[in-house]
Amino acid sequence: MTDDVILQVKDLKAYFKLDEGLLKAVDGVSFDLRKGETLGIVGESGSGKSVTNLAIMRLIPSPPGHIAGGEVVFMGDDILKMSDDGIRKIRGNKISMIFQDPMTCLNPFLKISTQMIETIVLHQGLDKKAAKEKAVDMLKLAGIPAPEKRIDQYPHQFSGGMRQRVMIAMALSCEPEILIADEPTTALDVTIQAQILELINELSERLGTAVILITHSLGVVAGMCDSICVMYAGRIVERGTADEIFSDPRHPYTQGLIKSVPRLDKVSTQRLYSIPGQPPNVINLPDCCPFFPRCERAMDVCKTKYPKVAELGDKRTVACWLYGEGK
Amino acid sequence: MAENKNENLLEVSGLKMHFPYHTGSLWTKKKGFIYAVDGVDLAIKKGETLGLVGESGCGKSTTLRAVAQLYRPTAGSVKLKGQELTTATDHEIMRARKDMQIVFQDPYASLNPRMTTRDIISEPMRIFTRAKILSLSRTEIDERVEQLMERVGLSRFFKNRYPHEFSGGQRQRIGIARALALKPDLVLCDEPVSALDVSIQAQILNLFKDLQEEFGLTYMFIAHDLAVIQYISNRIAVMYLGVIVELSDSAELYKKPLHPYTQALLSAAPIPDPAVERKRQRIILTGDVPSPDKARTGCYFYDRCSKRMDKCAQSVPKLKDAGSGHQVACFLYGD
Repeated sequence: MTDDVILQVKDLKAYFKLDEGLLKAVDGVSFDLRKGETLGIVGESGSGKSVTNLAIMRLIPSPPGHIAGGEVVFMGDDILKMSDDGIRKIRGNKISMIFQDPMTCLNPFLKISTQMIETIVLHQGLDKKAAKEKAVDMLKLAGIPAPEKRIDQYPHQFSGGMRQRVMIAMALSCEPEILIADEPTTALDVTIQAQILELINELSERLGTAVILITHSLGVVAGMCDSICVMYAGRIVERGTADEIFSDPRHPYTQGLIKSVPRLDKVSTQRLYSIPGQPPNVINLPDCCPFFPRCERAMDVCKTKYPKVAELGDKRTVACWLYGEGK
Repeated sequence: MAENKNENLLEVSGLKMHFPYHTGSLWTKKKGFIYAVDGVDLAIKKGETLGLVGESGCGKSTTLRAVAQLYRPTAGSVKLKGQELTTATDHEIMRARKDMQIVFQDPYASLNPRMTTRDIISEPMRIFTRAKILSLSRTEIDERVEQLMERVGLSRFFKNRYPHEFSGGQRQRIGIARALALKPDLVLCDEPVSALDVSIQAQILNLFKDLQEEFGLTYMFIAHDLAVIQYISNRIAVMYLGVIVELSDSAELYKKPLHPYTQALLSAAPIPDPAVERKRQRIILTGDVPSPDKARTGCYFYDRCSKRMDKCAQSVPKLKDAGSGHQVACFLYGD
């Protein structure tokens, strides 16, 4: 099934040189994305989920950041080695992105039409009239009522949920292979969140787009994703299908995370489990397991060396000394 | 004072908060109101937690601020321990605030970056001492700051540090310590865990529960996360467009939501379990929450309701008891 893989990230490292020291925001992340798959990347703030995806798109601000190593193979080519022209043909065309706050991503001075037509003309070589028709179609697909009228409005005339729909329409207008959605619903209300997730699901299925969904919400990944990567302090600590991660979490961090979320479907008055301590500061992190100060099952070896990634079967990995050879 | 468990600590009735606004040019000037809170009745018993849920713009925070008299309400009454606050003088309100403190949502914005932790936590005590409501000496205040810090899980050696030296969860602990400094009865919590990471959120929720048990606190707790509200609350009020549409015991609300809005809200909330998620039937609401800028003659939820009837457009359903204290404002139930 390797020919199905459209994006392969291998040992990706993105570092930031700060006054305080070297910040290893992403430190050796590897995963594959298959055609049509929805991959979830979960983690807390500062775990490196967004930086991973900015690195894939080569959008790391440099300086202070730089990509310190690794490969991002997209359809046979390494994005990290591409020329600036080459990457520009991919960005927004083959791989597009939507962000958490749609207001900061849309230009408030330009009409929606101007912003959408620009992308379509640039990447698909249509003339302006055809591009506008296409844009109207996309808005309609994204569930915006009266798109012929709305397209000539400005971003501030749309509500938060509607703006996110515009972003999705814009991102999918070039029928990309991959859609990277970085916390697409964090700024939205629950009922609007359900609408937007439904829309991403439906459109990605219809257009055959693979989706990388970055979120901190375990509920969102559970409902949306085929497979899940759990990140902690710049690394993937556990990887598997959604069912595996939720029914049989292996890494103590994943286990703790799942237990510490109150659940709607299981009304209980019991005390909530909570992971002790604080997420680590990733500046000048020593080469140990970054989770060991908070881990209930920490052993001596955890304090001295980062665990080897143990393969637990097809596409299932866990980075913990409890598994694999370290056991 | 006689401590009666069943006594209402806070009674709110007919609370309205309308904000005026102006549009148009100098000549075509129009005046209107944002009906942020449009008639809220609720009561909180001593020692219980009342949760307020709803989407953004539904008036949860405005309700809380109007209760705290940070806004002077347009109409209605707010009684804390039987004392009417809406007509009280500034000095009376200040005295009342000794019993009623707030924990805010954003621990990055609610702490003064130029004050040390000690200053932040001791400020309420210093102010109330200066106003001669309390009489605490400097050493007493210092001791109390240290006790409070230890109690909320911060080392007292951090008392000379500034907010930027702490993480989000630790800052929220400082905010909680400050709210507890005056030994209040009622703590108004405005989304205190929404800005926190999952693993920290659980710590802070547990801290709230422990403090409640230890000091007999009463909470009015706002969150938009339904699972969080369910975990922390005894009773829950669901708000929509400035009114309460359903008010019930927490377990009962989740088992048997009555109002179509509550049903949609519950079904839209994601559950962290793929097996459960696959089996769920979602009610997906169409459209957005309408703008609260006009007075309503019909049901506030009419535009988005799947079960609307003719009479819903004609008159506003009142909050009525649908059995065993489960109140709902919908024409589908009772007559």
